[in-house]
Amino acid sequence: MAVQKPEELSKIDYKPPKTSWMDTPAELRKDMFCWGNKEKSLKTVGFPNARAWSVADEDWKLPENWKEIFLEGLKERLSKYRSFQLFMDICVRCGACADKCHFFIGGGDPKNMPVLRAELLRSIYRNYFTTSGKMLGKVAGARELTYNVLKELWYYAYQCTECRRCSLFCPYGIDTAEVTILVRELLNLLGLNIEWIAGPVANCWRTGNHMGLLPHTLRDTVDSFQADLETITGVKVDYSFNRKGAEILFVNPSGEFFDPVGNITFMGYMLLFHEIGLDVTLSTYVSEGGNFGFFTSNEMAKRLHSKVYAEAKRLKVKWIIGGECGHMWRVWHQYHNTWYGPVDFLKEPVSPITGTKFENAKSNKIVHICEFTADLIKHGKIKLDPSRNDNYKVTLHDSCNVSRGMGMLEEPRDIIKSVCNNFYEMPPNTIRENTFCCGSGSGLNASENMELRMRGGLPRANAVNYVRDKFGVNTLANICQIDRAALQALMNYWAPDVVVRGVHELVGNALVLKGEKERTTDLRGEPLPGKEAK
Amino acid sequence: MPKFVFQGKDYEMDEDGYLQDWQQWEEGMAPDLAKTEGVTLDDRHWEIIRWLREYYIKYQIAPPIKMLVKEMGKIFGPEKGNTKYLYELFPGGPAKQACKFAGLPKPTGCV
Repeated sequence: MAVQKPEELSKIDYKPPKTSWMDTPAELRKDMFCWGNKEKSLKTVGFPNARAWSVADEDWKLPENWKEIFLEGLKERLSKYRSFQLFMDICVRCGACADKCHFFIGGGDPKNMPVLRAELLRSIYRNYFTTSGKMLGKVAGARELTYNVLKELWYYAYQCTECRRCSLFCPYGIDTAEVTILVRELLNLLGLNIEWIAGPVANCWRTGNHMGLLPHTLRDTVDSFQADLETITGVKVDYSFNRKGAEILFVNPSGEFFDPVGNITFMGYMLLFHEIGLDVTLSTYVSEGGNFGFFTSNEMAKRLHSKVYAEAKRLKVKWIIGGECGHMWRVWHQYHNTWYGPVDFLKEPVSPITGTKFENAKSNKIVHICEFTADLIKHGKIKLDPSRNDNYKVTLHDSCNVSRGMGMLEEPRDIIKSVCNNFYEMPPNTIRENTFCCGSGSGLNASENMELRMRGGLPRANAVNYVRDKFGVNTLANICQIDRAALQALMNYWAPDVVVRGVHELVGNALVLKGEKERTTDLRGEPLPGKEAK
Repeated sequence: MPKFVFQGKDYEMDEDGYLQDWQQWEEGMAPDLAKTEGVTLDDRHWEIIRWLREYYIKYQIAPPIKMLVKEMGKIFGPEKGNTKYLYELFPGGPAKQACKFAGLPKPTGCV
């Protein structure tokens, strides 16, 4: 698979086809979709219609009554979620969202306008569930659910990263990401997922994390981080797994145990926890903060999410800190309380170092690592030497789920400004709640859809290029593991020489440890400023 | 789904050309799998492929690149324990290509 050169890909054709959208059948183009789920991935979690199939095949091997299943599923969800019913009814097709989607901006396909993406399902809703649609059909914007329409739904549901940027601009507040979420849920009733999501879901159900890391793998991995940190700092940091009675359970995305950029972010946490003497434990059972179940169905998201609290209960911890993950916070912030209500067996989080009560985490008892660290810095509880990050000119990519989804905007900035001397913001319409998606979120960070990813990431990359050219920015900081995995590939393509780093990598570099040796390298083993080989 | 033919027998592959069942792999397959990516294997490749198989049997997952680099350095010396060396041998990326030739699935998730 080879994506065209950036000069070619950036020539985007925004001219819509001559025929109306209903009369323009979707062409499922390679490099724009992910491979379909494997049979064994669905079997592991007991999902329906587990079988070997291929997107490229004409026959997707659906059950005979697939249409009935889909429409019944739609009916059930319309009655279950009032928001969904509302989103199906109230769109006036004003088009305010149309040019806000990174996939439309970078690709020009009209069906990637959020309004039209949702219309793909609305047209079916009208045809089967509204009087006007039943009577007037196409005139009323209704259409039959055919095999090709189903394929079209699948194709575009996996060309949306559920980033919610479009909903920010909707005068009615329609959350188009929720429409995608429910389309994916309906497709899963027919065994139509992608392997990049279904595989991690099956792994997480089986092993406790998306990667499928077994307890001894986790142990040996973190041991190796410990050894690296000792080489770099001269300090042997403590850590523990599955320690009963620890005050805090730490939950992070498992990609941090595997991905090279994530590895360093995790090493940053380790240094921090050691330095402040935090009574914290990791868990091999809950070795995942992310939740690819959330990209599958509400039910699957709950099945994975509930494991976190089962483990917190078993270990008898008081509260939880969550790492630099994106969608984990969407689940926690926007879904957890609706699903479960307040968690009564844990304590309201209070920082043992500063005494700060995290009022916002009163209900679900989980605190974001950036809130925790920003609070330490605010109270002057850690010693920092920002000059160690002087080789970096830093900008921050706000992760969609944390900024737009959760409203956390200042804390990562507060941290970066304390641990780095050079921080520059990208243009205002591309950051904070307006942030542009990495183009690979919601489980679309596979490799077979690289063209889609590079197109979807173009608006973000453009904004990075702006600060790179204007201020010499060479570091793209972020607080999400999909970002760390996806953005480096994006930078290599659109903005060469920009390096992606987790915020806690920068913290780990700047953190001055008690008893450390004179550091000569950063956490990646690169020489610190002024320590380069002569 | 594509098939991998070896000594007259069909083996299931995924869309990226990875063997579906890592236990069906045998050493004779590696040169053929490498050929699909235009790589000719020599002893240096085999050092890595054999190590990857051992790692997979122990951990049920391919190693992170950081671990691979570190271990290669430990076992075969610093001149082999670096990313540049690994990319010279596996130009399509050591994680992706070496796993493919070793008959191992590539990891999925936030990576």
